[in-house]
Formats: sequence, C-alpha cells, structure tokens
Amino acid sequence: MITELQKKLQSLKDSGKKFFIPYITAGYPSLAITEKLVISMEQAGADAIELGIPFSDPLADGPIIQLSSYEALLKGVTLSGIFEFVGNLRNKTKIPIIFMTYYNPVYKYGIEQFSITAEKYGVSGVIVPDLPPEEASLLIKSAKDHNLAVTFLFTPTSNEKRIKLITSKSTGFIYYVSLAGVTGTRDKLAISIQQKIEDARKFTDKPIAVGFGISTPMQAKEVAAFADGVIVGSAIVKKITENVDKPDIIENIKKFVMEISNEIHSLNKG
Amino acid sequence: MLPDKKGHYGIFGGKFVPETLMSALEILEQAYNKIKNTKEFKKEFNYYLKEYAGRPNPLYLAERFTKKLNGAKIYLKREDLNHTGAHKINNTLGQIILARYMGKTRIIAETGAGQHGVATATVSAMFGLKCVVYMGEEDIKRQELNVLRMKFLGTEVVPVSSGSKTLKDAMNEAIRDWVTNVEDTYYLIGSVAGPHPYPMIVRDFQSVIGKETKKQILDKEKRFPDYLVACVGGGSNAMGLFYPFLKTNIKFIGVEAAGHGIESGQHAATLSAGSPGILHGSLSYLLQDENGQIKIAHSISAGLDYPGVGPEHSYFKDINRADYVSITDNEALEAFHLLSQTEGIIPALESAHALAYVMKLAPQLSKDKIIVVCLSGRGDKDVDAVGRKIKNLY
Repeated sequence: MITELQKKLQSLKDSGKKFFIPYITAGYPSLAITEKLVISMEQAGADAIELGIPFSDPLADGPIIQLSSYEALLKGVTLSGIFEFVGNLRNKTKIPIIFMTYYNPVYKYGIEQFSITAEKYGVSGVIVPDLPPEEASLLIKSAKDHNLAVTFLFTPTSNEKRIKLITSKSTGFIYYVSLAGVTGTRDKLAISIQQKIEDARKFTDKPIAVGFGISTPMQAKEVAAFADGVIVGSAIVKKITENVDKPDIIENIKKFVMEISNEIHSLNKG
Repeated sequence: MLPDKKGHYGIFGGKFVPETLMSALEILEQAYNKIKNTKEFKKEFNYYLKEYAGRPNPLYLAERFTKKLNGAKIYLKREDLNHTGAHKINNTLGQIILARYMGKTRIIAETGAGQHGVATATVSAMFGLKCVVYMGEEDIKRQELNVLRMKFLGTEVVPVSSGSKTLKDAMNEAIRDWVTNVEDTYYLIGSVAGPHPYPMIVRDFQSVIGKETKKQILDKEKRFPDYLVACVGGGSNAMGLFYPFLKTNIKFIGVEAAGHGIESGQHAATLSAGSPGILHGSLSYLLQDENGQIKIAHSISAGLDYPGVGPEHSYFKDINRADYVSITDNEALEAFHLLSQTEGIIPALESAHALAYVMKLAPQLSKDKIIVVCLSGRGDKDVDAVGRKIKNLY
C-alpha cells in the first residue's frame, strides 16, 4: 500500500516540483509557539513539517537540537501530549506532519499503539534515526496497517547492499544524510551528495530528500538541484533560539523559512 | 550460542544506531570474527595479559572475612591486582589489538568512574595511538585522581556537560564523536553494553576472569564454587566471571547499586527496578519514566551509576539464569570498611557492592559452601570520596 505522504511527495516529484520540509522541535520554546510556527511555515511554502519529539538522550543530534529537546522536556512535553497537539492542529491546517523521534519513546508507548494513534490524530510519517530497517519489522508492519509512512535514512557510509535495503523498506520518502555526523549547521556542504543520490536512484523511484548540515537558502538550492526534497533543521532551530524572547519570533522564522523555500522552489519546472 | 546472527540475546541486544554506524559495526564484527580464533591474535592477547596486565591474578581465600561472616567460604578473584587496578584492562588490551588490526589511528572511549578511561588511555599510550576519553563533569569532580592519570598518559579528557553529566551522557557524546569520525576512529566501549557486536566482544575478552577462576578453584578445592557474585553496572566484570560457567548449575548473582534505596527513586538498579527499552544501541533493561525518557541513575559508586545494563544480563534475568539483587550506598560503605580491616584489601566502591551482598549471603550458608566474588577493582580511586563521606569516623 502507498501511504498518503508518499502519494503527495511522489506527485510533486513526478510533476517536476521540489519539496521542502522544515524541522522544528515540538514544544520548543512552547507548544503554543510550535503551533504558530507550523502554520506560518506552511504559509512560507513548506510542503510538510518534520516535528521533533524531544528525548533525554538525543545521540544523533548536535548541540542546537539537543538544547531545544532539553528545554522542551523541562516544559513537560511528552509523546502523547504531542499526538493530541497534532490532533488539535488538524482543525487549522492539513499540512503533512512527520515525526522525528528516537526509538525508545515509541517502544515505551507501544509500537502498534503508536501507529494507531498516529493515524487517529493525522500524523503522516515517522523517521527514527536510531532504528535501522533490520530492527524495524514491528514498526513497518503496524505502520503499514495505519497509513503511516516510515522513512529510513542512508548516509555517505551506506554501501550498495544497505542502500538497496533502505530504499526498499522506506515508505513516504527516503532520507539522505548528507554527511557523517550529527545534526547541526555547517559552513560547507559535503561533497559527493549528487553521486550518492544517483547511486540510490538505481534502486528506487521513491522521492529522495537530503538533510543534515544544510544551513543557508543557497545551500538548500544547491542540494535541491539533484534531490527531490530538502530538509532543514538545526539552522531553523538556531533561529528560534536567537529569537526566543523576541515578540516578532514568528515573523522572523517565517521570513527565514520563506527564503529557503523560495530558493528550493525556484527550481520547480512548469 | 548467543548472540544470534543479528546480535540478539532473546529479545535483547541488537543494533539500534544511526545508519552512519551500521557499516562500521559490520566491519568491526567481520574483523573480530576473522581474528579471534587465530593463533597470532591469541598469542598477542595472552602475551599482554600476562606480561603487561600481570595475569593470572590470584584467587585468594579471604580467611578473616570468611571467619567474620561465619558461613560459606569466600574466595576473591583479584582483578584489583591487574595493572591499572581493575578488570577493565582485560577488555582494552583485546580491543586495542583489534583496532590496530583494523588500521584505526584514533581511539575514543567513554568513562564513568574513570577506570575504563584509564585502561584505554594506558593501552593507547603503550601502542602509541591518539586517545580521547569522554567523561561527565559530575564524574570528573568525584574521580579527580583518574582524570589526572589519563592526562599523564597523554589522553585528552573531554568534559561532558549535557544531561546528568555522568556516564550515560559521556556515552552519548562518544557515539556522536564516532558518527562524525567513523573513518579513522575506533570506539572502545568499556562494558558489555552498546550495539552488537560490542556486548559479545567485551564478554569474550573479559571471560579470562571466569576461565582463570575455573582452573584456580579446581586446583584449590577440587570442585566448582556454589555461588559467583559480582557487581553490575553495565555488567562486564560479572559477565566475564559468569560466562565460562554458563553450562554449570552454579548460582550467578549480579549486584546492582540501590543508591539511597530503590524506594527513594535514587538508585542504579536497572535490572531490579527498570523495564525494557532502547539506549546506546541495544535493547535492554533501562531506568525510564512512563514516557520513555531515560532517568538519571544514582550511586555512590561512579562505575555503577548508569541507567542501562548489558543486554545479555537482561536475557539472563528473563530466563532466570542469574539473580540480580541490589545494595545501598551505606551497605557498600560498610563492606568497604569490613574488607579493608579484615583482609588489608581496600576494594573499589563498585566491588564493595558485591562484597556487601556476600555479607548477607555467606552467614546463611553452611561452611562447606563456596562463594567466589569478583573483586573487580581496588579502592585507591575512592579514598577521597569515602573520606569525605565518613570524615567523622576516624
């Protein structure tokens, strides 16, 4: 079965359009602001939103997202709270929401229950950075039953055998981690992104998005030239941190997200 | 034989890591499987265990300790007499030989009490490899002596200020380093924890403890012991002692840290009071809240102060192959003093937890029973901390 998320991203891809997925941490600096950010990022041109579920031990994240996660946990944000938050959000926007979560909160919640609740509240997809496809059979199975897309990641260190496995197991889209490292902003893009994406295209026509280390609108455009979609996280979360006490936080983030979105979408055909 | 091909011990274990590390783990496993049974590797490993670490260490009959407790006969496996003062050197020697075979030039490690950090710094210095050790700021404060030792050995000690500032956070940071520098860097994990194949590799290298014990107890008593007792943080000294006796019916007892008492919520008794979950690359028992967030552990002993445990221990618990019990800070301190004053051996606070359980167990057993307890480390590193705690006693 093809999930709703995959249908949407696939049709963008097939019509020559690029997609842009900004990442923010749920509950940072508060769920009320998260709601405003989601709505304003959609207005700024985002095609889907990646919502980070805060975790106490975010070992794939660099300092920027670690801090946001820590602050959100201090506010008492939980996975079940975020599910309800998304449910309420559904009255205001239909933009696809993709959860980025470490595996333990999902495991503790109950894998089957996680997929059921995701469907109930309208969560479209999930990315679990510490869950390789080899360990994911339970999640894949229950997600399939509940129209939840599961995205696996491949990286510069993934060999052909692994790329094949990852592309075949992913539903929704495939995530290319453009560098060996944790999330964060970088001055320069990693080399050979294009080559690695071409390698993966040999095994799949599913949409491929690139993330990790993309910090500026120009870098986003550079990547969009050969990827189907672009994910920007730390650069946006960093902007949120810089604006955290400012009254115009929402406008400032919206403006930044719009700059990125415009660069990516400037490559749309037709 | 466990683990299975995917690194599972029953439902536990596995590889729960970012994709960047999956190939590295495969390569590590292949390299390990390729060399572990070769004559060259065994010869080199045994050479350094003997000539450098000082093995075999004694299996010592603790006569006055036994007499004081007035029950079962107690033998101490003297891992405290190894070079660097704990069992940790067994594993670091094995892994550094593996790292060199794999052509890695940079070694990273996490440390809690600092014993594994010191053991890693030591073998890195001996082989001339660059070494970086991650250590929580909280642990740096309470284990100053070991921090200095690592520095003298030429290792860079990186303070970790995230989360609880202890071992779990140091391990997060070491994994982040590894993800970033996976090409030239070997991650030398210090316990039977982490993603497959680490729990297996560390178990195999630490099994020298149990293998020697087997031979020594047969020499002395012409029979196997009735009980094996060892402390469990991540669980490497316990696994090393237990594993060679797996196919016997000897009772295995792992002793966790109950801190201020399990009911206080401030403890590190993962197997006794935790539930299954995923942390640091494997599925195992964890201390976590109802939302799957990892809880902060507490123990007077920095080496046991960890909210996870090796997956094979979780498996042993579930199939009832081992019993896991817990000992409070105060009980461990009592054992620390009793062993010091009856045997002239100052134990590490970690090992004092195992001894404290033996103080409860031995008096209930008849005098013909035999207990072997792993004296995993010496207490020099804890002199300061214990001194501060009991300054009114002396």
